[in-house]
Amino acid sequence: MQGYIYPNEYELQWSLLIVLYPYITGLVAGAFILASLERVFNVKEVQPTYRLALLTALAFLLVAPLPLQFHLGHPERSFEIFMTPNKRSAMAMFGFVYAWYLAVVLLLEIWFDFRRDFVRFARESHGLRRWFYYALTLGATDVSPRAIHFDESAGRWITIIGIPSAFLLHGYVGFIFGSVKANPWWSSVLMPVVFLFSATVSGIALVLVLYMLTTMGRWKKIDMVCLNKLAQFLFYALIVDFSLEALDFIHRLYEAEESITILSQMVESRLFVSLIVLQLLFGTLIPLTLLTLFSSGLRKGGFIRISPELKQLVFLVSAVLIQIGIFSIRWNVVIGGQLFSKSLRGLTVYKVQLLGLEGVGMTLALLALPFLILWVLVKIMPPWPDEPGESGPAPAEGAATA
Amino acid sequence: MSDQGMDRRAFMGDLVAACLAAGGPVLLGMVRVAEAQGTASGEYDPTEHYYGIGIDVAKCIGCARCVAACKAENDVPMEPYYFNTWIERYILRTDGEVEVTSPNGGLDGFPPIEGEGQILRTFFVPKLCNHCANPPCVQVCPVGATFSTRDGVVLVDESYCIGCRYCIQACPYGARYMHPEKHVASKCTFCYHRLVKGLVPACVEVCPTSARVFGEVEKRATPLARFMRFNDIQVLKPNLNTRPKAYYANLDGEVR
Repeated sequence: MQGYIYPNEYELQWSLLIVLYPYITGLVAGAFILASLERVFNVKEVQPTYRLALLTALAFLLVAPLPLQFHLGHPERSFEIFMTPNKRSAMAMFGFVYAWYLAVVLLLEIWFDFRRDFVRFARESHGLRRWFYYALTLGATDVSPRAIHFDESAGRWITIIGIPSAFLLHGYVGFIFGSVKANPWWSSVLMPVVFLFSATVSGIALVLVLYMLTTMGRWKKIDMVCLNKLAQFLFYALIVDFSLEALDFIHRLYEAEESITILSQMVESRLFVSLIVLQLLFGTLIPLTLLTLFSSGLRKGGFIRISPELKQLVFLVSAVLIQIGIFSIRWNVVIGGQLFSKSLRGLTVYKVQLLGLEGVGMTLALLALPFLILWVLVKIMPPWPDEPGESGPAPAEGAATA
Repeated sequence: MSDQGMDRRAFMGDLVAACLAAGGPVLLGMVRVAEAQGTASGEYDPTEHYYGIGIDVAKCIGCARCVAACKAENDVPMEPYYFNTWIERYILRTDGEVEVTSPNGGLDGFPPIEGEGQILRTFFVPKLCNHCANPPCVQVCPVGATFSTRDGVVLVDESYCIGCRYCIQACPYGARYMHPEKHVASKCTFCYHRLVKGLVPACVEVCPTSARVFGEVEKRATPLARFMRFNDIQVLKPNLNTRPKAYYANLDGEVR
């Protein structure tokens, strides 16, 4: 502790679990936005990641409310948010935004996309497995060209609704923080927008990593056209995200409001590692440099030509660094916003618990859970377009390996 | 003789007037209690009241009897991180440095000031929930567990609060905390259980210098109304438009 903090501020209110919450919802929104690139904007190159991105979004969305739930003082009362929401509260809308996104957007889109596969799996298998897939078809077993066409058309429309919904989901999370006028570190109209673009960055980076690992894990060849396109979009999203963050930073410094002294002290001391080193250097500048040099963002094929294998490594490293950077952003927002006193006269510390309900152990478990769910989802609904014999549609024409 | 008698009468009259003037605070206290008790005769009607509190910084001696009384009256945990009200000591140095302390909310007293020569001014500031007319904590509560009463008090329904802590984040004054046993948000209630019985809040009752003046904000002939009429009044962080109802007299600009 340094300087003066209000006596009630000794205890930090929102812990590591609340860092996880915007991180995970960001991954959901980002993965969905990537999926929509193929579906709505006809970026055919990223088609191999389409289904994987959707399932990733679903796996993470299922876990998203858990950190919140575990953090509540009275988790058994959480249902009251649905029953008696305070319409003036930004947080009260969470349940509805979440339910809308889960039920109307993601589940529906995945169902329409996989329905014909469910029908096929049901017909090809026996016993319990057969009944399981029949149940998943919800009785809609018509796979005539007309029905398939309807599926595709419906999926497309849901994606069109889904894009603003994904924006809503994560922009809304940003609003929860950005609208707290008592907190000068949070209170910013840019917050929802910054959250959105960092979400897009994190989602694309995650799907890129997952695509590479799952493809290598299945001993398949990585589609370089797809990977290049992913890296290119990652580069663009990162540029926008970085510009917005920089704008926010410069704006704060230039306005130099009452809070600037204590916030500067906080950035220079408490947040130095997580903000300057992890977020800015490792999470932004290094991957930005790598992507500038090696992705097709500014010049087709990149400024420096390297072998596809080396390129894969560079993209993988960039995406992993970006993940670390985005997690640091969430940390810096959530924890950073509580490290200075609202008296603007002092700084406090956050001691991370190792065990316990809000500790590192729980955080790691909650971070691992979506991958476990994704593994199960992939077992039920194989998303690989390069294995048409087993599942999925035939590979798109543009998906030929480069 | 008669002249002398007249003089004596005039003298006695002056004496009574002087006594009345000197006993003003005592009388005010009587009025204050009587005024509040008047409501207790019948059913308590919240629509007839709108409460606020006046705090005269110049009168606070930093004894923290208010803090002790509040903790006892409201079962506030005794650990030094939970306060419905607390006392801050400000030391303004001649070189512009400002030192603020509130060790255990002021309960254990304040350490001696070092470097006496450089001091420009020192003073104590009692802090508590401002019972804002436009409370950000009420706005953000997702389930409506924290609410403004008709008589202008911001309360938390302990049986309904889900413990998300958003209200604690939204309060600009650090007036809320998470109750370590009840796992709900907690704060100053203006001793609402006392108000409905016609009593003033415990902190006001025990203040030895009448630095705290509790009462009606909107009625004219009340102690708080007088306090606000005869003092230059400031509120904390007015730029946030929370419209606080803790009205400070003799407040220094350094206080946040």
